[in-house]
Amino acid sequence: MRYQLIGVNHKSAPLEVRERLAIPESRLPDTCRELASYPGIEEGMVISTCNRVEVVTHTVNGTADLRGFLHDHFHLKPEELDAHLYELREKDAVRHIFRVASSLDSMVVGEAQILGQVKEAYATARAVGAVRGQLDQLFSRAFAVAKRVRTETEVGSSSVSIASVAVELAKKIFGSLQGKNVFIVGAGKMSELAARHLMAHGCGSIFVSNRTYERAVGLAHKFNGQAIKFDDLYATCDQADIVITSTGSPKAIFHREHGEQFLTRRKNRPMFFIDIAVPRDVSPDMCKLDGIFTYDIDDLQQAISSHVADRRKEAERAEAIIASEVEKFEARSHTLDVVPTIVSLQDHLETIRQAEIDRVRGRMGQLTPEQEIAVEALTRGIINKVMHTPITTLKSAAKESEATTIVDVVRRLFNLHDKEKDSERPATKKDEVGTRE
Amino acid sequence: MSLLWLRFALGCYFIGLVYAFVALSRTSDLFSRIALHAASLGMVFHFVSLVELFLSGHVVWASVHNGESLLAFLSMTFFMVIYAIYQTTSPGVVVFPVVFFLTFVAAVDEQPVLLTAFVSNKGWLIAHIILIFTGYAALVLSFGASVLYLLQERRLKAKKASSLISFLPALEVIDQIGYRSLLLGFPFMTLGLLTGSVVAITTYGRVDFLDPKVLLSVLMWAVYMIMVFTRWNSGWRGRRAAILASFAFVAALAAWAANYFSAIHRFAS
Repeated sequence: MRYQLIGVNHKSAPLEVRERLAIPESRLPDTCRELASYPGIEEGMVISTCNRVEVVTHTVNGTADLRGFLHDHFHLKPEELDAHLYELREKDAVRHIFRVASSLDSMVVGEAQILGQVKEAYATARAVGAVRGQLDQLFSRAFAVAKRVRTETEVGSSSVSIASVAVELAKKIFGSLQGKNVFIVGAGKMSELAARHLMAHGCGSIFVSNRTYERAVGLAHKFNGQAIKFDDLYATCDQADIVITSTGSPKAIFHREHGEQFLTRRKNRPMFFIDIAVPRDVSPDMCKLDGIFTYDIDDLQQAISSHVADRRKEAERAEAIIASEVEKFEARSHTLDVVPTIVSLQDHLETIRQAEIDRVRGRMGQLTPEQEIAVEALTRGIINKVMHTPITTLKSAAKESEATTIVDVVRRLFNLHDKEKDSERPATKKDEVGTRE
Repeated sequence: MSLLWLRFALGCYFIGLVYAFVALSRTSDLFSRIALHAASLGMVFHFVSLVELFLSGHVVWASVHNGESLLAFLSMTFFMVIYAIYQTTSPGVVVFPVVFFLTFVAAVDEQPVLLTAFVSNKGWLIAHIILIFTGYAALVLSFGASVLYLLQERRLKAKKASSLISFLPALEVIDQIGYRSLLLGFPFMTLGLLTGSVVAITTYGRVDFLDPKVLLSVLMWAVYMIMVFTRWNSGWRGRRAAILASFAFVAALAAWAANYFSAIHRFAS
């Protein structure tokens, strides 16, 4: 449990700081390598998303200079960075990782994206060998916890993305979306996503208009919709109940007078404008019209955060799950902590046994195969008998708080401390012993 | 006895009234269920009260209080029909207070005002009362719906955090409730006024258009017609429809109040 974590997130640092720390995907493997070879660090990985940059490590002695790493890596002065950093160790770091993976630390609590991002970061670090035993355990557990939170609570159930909030708002206006028409103005990724959501909820036909007509045709084709020439926009727009607009136009393209025309032609049936363009495509005075509802990107963001409040209760249940999982993880890793000690203890005694047999063999001369077996069994038997109690004690002590003390005592008694470096080492040692035989 | 049952019903409707006030500030599924059950129970008492009144033999169809009780019952019936179709109790925000008020007035005292001393044609009178009350009940509901429409429109336009979790049904659903009750109520109101004229003509030989009751009723009908027309012709809804609906509602209240001072409608002359 020598986990140590440092980072910034949307709560601790403004966008300007997060921007300077963001690590592009292409440079992530190198960063991980650099991190893993930094003094005092055994394993390390980096999570870099638009809302957070976090360095997660397993250290040699629990006190690695992670701040130093960040300063070096990003060429930042301490005074620029340190105020925004949070640093967590051991149990707190574990809890934080569980919360991040379960999307409880996200800006939009319960959003599903973060888990995928953490998984990617983990895969990258693993691929370059920066993540091995300890972080491996931590993150496999974190993914399991995230799954548990997702299935046992409703944290992720309500809508999260802008697209699905748009759908919910449309439902608040139109009730059922069955047979409602959608008009996409400006063929972009976001509007395509929103349209896809709306269609999935039963919207009828779709119109697409774009300054480049070919792109409109392309997108309309995807949805089995109808491409509209940009010049015919105002003439056809009133046929749509929901208009998703995301053009790159520097000025608004829908004004109050357009809205009035639409309403007259629609016999005042309501219209919903989803304006995801920055700068806005729908002029603000449009929403003063009865029957026209406009939501720009900020309004949608706000609606999303209202969902967050809605989900607070579920988040509390999720926190309870995480608390119990952190306890479990801690208990398990304590058990795991004694395993290397036991293994090296066994190795140590085996080495002694082999050395003694070799020494005595010289004096006794050639042994018959039967004698050979008998000596082997005798010595092994003695060692196993002697070892039995200490190993059981170690295993049971692992779950108690005194574990570290006992492990320490055993290591000192048998002079084990330099042999137990990490979990891979004992295996190689065994091989060495094997070849000597 | 009839009055006793009516008072039980009043007690149940009171829960509905409380719901109406609470629902404006917060959403509670449990409370709306309680209100719904209380209202249904109230309707049972109310029905028993109306049946007893009828069976007692000396039913006075044209007593103002019996009329109010009948109107309240019809409004509740409308509310329940809406609930059955749309699964929403939110029109109760308007319907419950109106029903409570009507039932309250009807349950206070036995027989204050008699509307009719002698009417030659009882059948026409009964038809008139039932038709016009159904029209009134539909009007109450469509007025309620237009108030809710305004509320919901406000919420959606305010883009506040609460707009997604409001207790109100979708805007278009509210609109449908309002429009359907309007369409349903209009023929009833029209026929009710026609049968009323028949009663007047058979009793007096003419309709006195200067009588306040008649005047207000015609005014109410005119507003009603404008509402239906503007809605049908140019899809008026939202603020404009709500203004018209409140106007019709006030006219209806005035026409009702006119019972207390209209000489003709009381057939006192």
